[in-house]
Amino acid sequence: MENLASSSKFALIEIQGISKYFGDVKVLDNIYLSINKGEFFSILGPSGCGKTTLLRIIAGFERPDVGKIIIDGVDYTDVPPYKRPVNMVFQNYALFPHLNVFENVAFGLRYQNLGKLEIKKKVFEVLELVKLTGLENRKPSELSGGQKQRVALARALVLKPKVLLLDEPLNALDPKLRKEMQIELKKLQHEVGITFIFVTHDQEEALSISDRIAVINSGRIEQIGTGYEIFEKPRTEFVASFMGAKNLFTGNLRKLNKYVFEVELPNLVKFKISANKVNGKFNSTAGELKFIVRPEKIFIRKTPLKNQAFVSIPTIVESMVYYGASTSWILKADGLLIFVEEQNRDMRFRHNFYPGEVVYAVWEKRNIVFLESI
Amino acid sequence: MKNKVYWLFFIPSVVVLVVFFFFPLLIMLYYSFLQRGVYGGIEPIDNVFDYISNFLWLKNYARVFDSLYVPIYLRSLYIAFLTTVICLLIGYPVAYYIAFKVKPNRKFLYLSFIIIPLWMSFLIRTYAWILILRDEGLINFLLMKVGLIKKPLHLLYNEFSVLLGLVYGELPFMILPIYASLEKIEMSLIEASKDLGANEYDTLKRVIFPLTLPGVIVGIVIVFIPTLGSFIVSDLLGGAKSMLVGNLIQNQFIVARDKPFGSAIAFVLSGFVLLLLYIYKKISKGKIEIL
Repeated sequence: MENLASSSKFALIEIQGISKYFGDVKVLDNIYLSINKGEFFSILGPSGCGKTTLLRIIAGFERPDVGKIIIDGVDYTDVPPYKRPVNMVFQNYALFPHLNVFENVAFGLRYQNLGKLEIKKKVFEVLELVKLTGLENRKPSELSGGQKQRVALARALVLKPKVLLLDEPLNALDPKLRKEMQIELKKLQHEVGITFIFVTHDQEEALSISDRIAVINSGRIEQIGTGYEIFEKPRTEFVASFMGAKNLFTGNLRKLNKYVFEVELPNLVKFKISANKVNGKFNSTAGELKFIVRPEKIFIRKTPLKNQAFVSIPTIVESMVYYGASTSWILKADGLLIFVEEQNRDMRFRHNFYPGEVVYAVWEKRNIVFLESI
Repeated sequence: MKNKVYWLFFIPSVVVLVVFFFFPLLIMLYYSFLQRGVYGGIEPIDNVFDYISNFLWLKNYARVFDSLYVPIYLRSLYIAFLTTVICLLIGYPVAYYIAFKVKPNRKFLYLSFIIIPLWMSFLIRTYAWILILRDEGLINFLLMKVGLIKKPLHLLYNEFSVLLGLVYGELPFMILPIYASLEKIEMSLIEASKDLGANEYDTLKRVIFPLTLPGVIVGIVIVFIPTLGSFIVSDLLGGAKSMLVGNLIQNQFIVARDKPFGSAIAFVLSGFVLLLLYIYKKISKGKIEIL
C-alpha cells in the first residue's frame, strides 16, 4: 500500500492546457490531466466528445493547437510518434496484413538495437503473456477478433512503453468476450506494471477496469476521480446523467441558520439539511439548486416515512418493468418522473403497486448529491 | 429457368470477344502459316499435304529467329524495360503524393491532370512532342532566347526522344493502379507503424510499399506489355536506328506487304509476353493475384 501511495505522488504524464481545433470546431478545450505511474486511467465520454483526439495527441498523431504533453518530465509536444515512449492499441487493431503474428509483434523491436535471438526471445515471452503461443506463423486474416486483439496488445507491450494507450480496444468484441477481456486486461496491467490510458464510451467498462476516470463532454473535462466518486458523487449534470443518475431535481434553497438549510421542491416537499453533512457543494446563498438521487437509492412505500433522516414525496405509479434481478419503476410526481431501481433481494418479497396508485418515493438525505451550479 | 436468364447476360461480351478479338486472332494465326505471294498477296498452296509434311508452314516462324532481327528484339526489350523502370520511379512518388499529401477535396483535380490527356488521341499528343523537341521547337527556342545555348540541341530522333515519348504515354497506367492500392491502405496501419518506432522512410519500406505491391505489379505489367509492342512513338520520335519490334511488325504489313511474316512475329511476341506472365505467376506462387 505504501509503495502505491508514494508512486502515486509522481505524475508520469502531464497534460497541460491542451486545446485542439478541427477547422472552426473546438474539439478539446483547455484540458489539464495528470496521470500517475502504474495507473489504469480511463477517459470516458460519449462519441464525439474528443476522447480519441486526446489519445491521438498523446500518441503524437495530432498536434495540439495550444498546450503541452510532458511524459516523465520531458516535453514531447513536438516529437513525432516514432520517438515517443508510448504505444497504442488501435480500435480496429491495425495489424499489418502482410506480416504474420511473429513479424507483427517483432515490428517495433527492430528499433531497439537488439540481436535476432533477443528479438525472438522477447516475442515468444510476450506471446506467452497474452496466451498466443503457437500462433506465430498465422496471418492476421486467419485470427479471430479476440486473437487479433491480443496480437495488438502484444505488439505494443513488447516494446515496454512508459504508457500504453488503448483506443476503445474492446469495442469490436462480442459482449461475453468483452467482459473476459476486461478482467484479463486489468490483470495484465497489474503484471506488467505499465501505465494504461484507456478510452471508452462504456460507463460500466470504465468503472470495472480503472483506477481513475476522467469524464469528458464536448472537449471539456467534467470530472476526474475514482469510479466510486464518478458514480456516487457526480459533480455536474452531465456526469450524473451519463452515469445513469436519472433523478434530477431542481429546488429552492433557504438559509435557516448558519448550518441548517431548507430545500423546497415546489408542490412536493420541504426538508431540512445541515450544511456540513451534504454531498457535493452548493451555493449557500439562497436560490435555485440542483441535486440528484440515484434510482437504486430510492425505495417505494405506501406511507411516508416520518424520520428526519429521510425524504418522502407523494407520487403516482406510472409503470413497472421486471428484470429478474431488479425491478424498475417509473413514478410521477407533479409532472416530474422519478426512476426507481429495486433489487429483488427476496423471492417472497414483492411490492404490488399498480399504475395509478398513490405511493411515496423515499430516500435517505445522505444519498442526495448536490450538483455544481453552472 | 433462372439459370438460363443468367446466361443471357453473357451473350454481349461473348459476341464482342469472338467477333473483335478471337476471330481476328484466328485469321492472323492462319495467315502466319502461309507464304507471301509475289505481289504481296498470299501464295496459293498446291498440295496441302506436302505443305504440312515439309514444314513449309513453319517457315515464317523460323525466320522470326533470324539473327538479322535479334538486335531489334533486344533493343525493344531494353527500351520496354527502361520505360517501365522510369515510369515506376516517377509514378510511385506521384501516386504517393496524390494519395497522402494532397487534400482529399483536391485529389480529383490532380487525378484529372493525369486522366484528361488520355481523352486525346495518342497520335496527336506524340506529334505535339515533335513541336516541343525539334531543332526550332519550344525547348530550343526558349533555351536560345535565354542564351543558355548557341546552337539548337538535337532532342529529336534519338533514343532519348523515344524513351521520353514512351514514358510520357505510359505514365498514367503506372500511376493509376499504384494510386488505387495506396488509397486502399488504412490510415491506422501507417499510424501503427510510426507508433511502433518506424519513421517515414521505414514506414514506406516496411508497410506502405509491401501493401501496394499488387498495384505496382499491375502497373509494371500494363506498362511493359504495350511498350514492348509499341510502334507509334518510335515511328514519329525515333531515328533510323531506333526500330522496335512493333515497327518491324508494322513494316511487314504496310511496307513489305508480308502479312504472313508479320503475323508470325506478332504471335511470337505474344507468346513471349504470356511466358513472362507465366513465370511471374510461378515465382509469386499466386501470392499476389493480378490476373
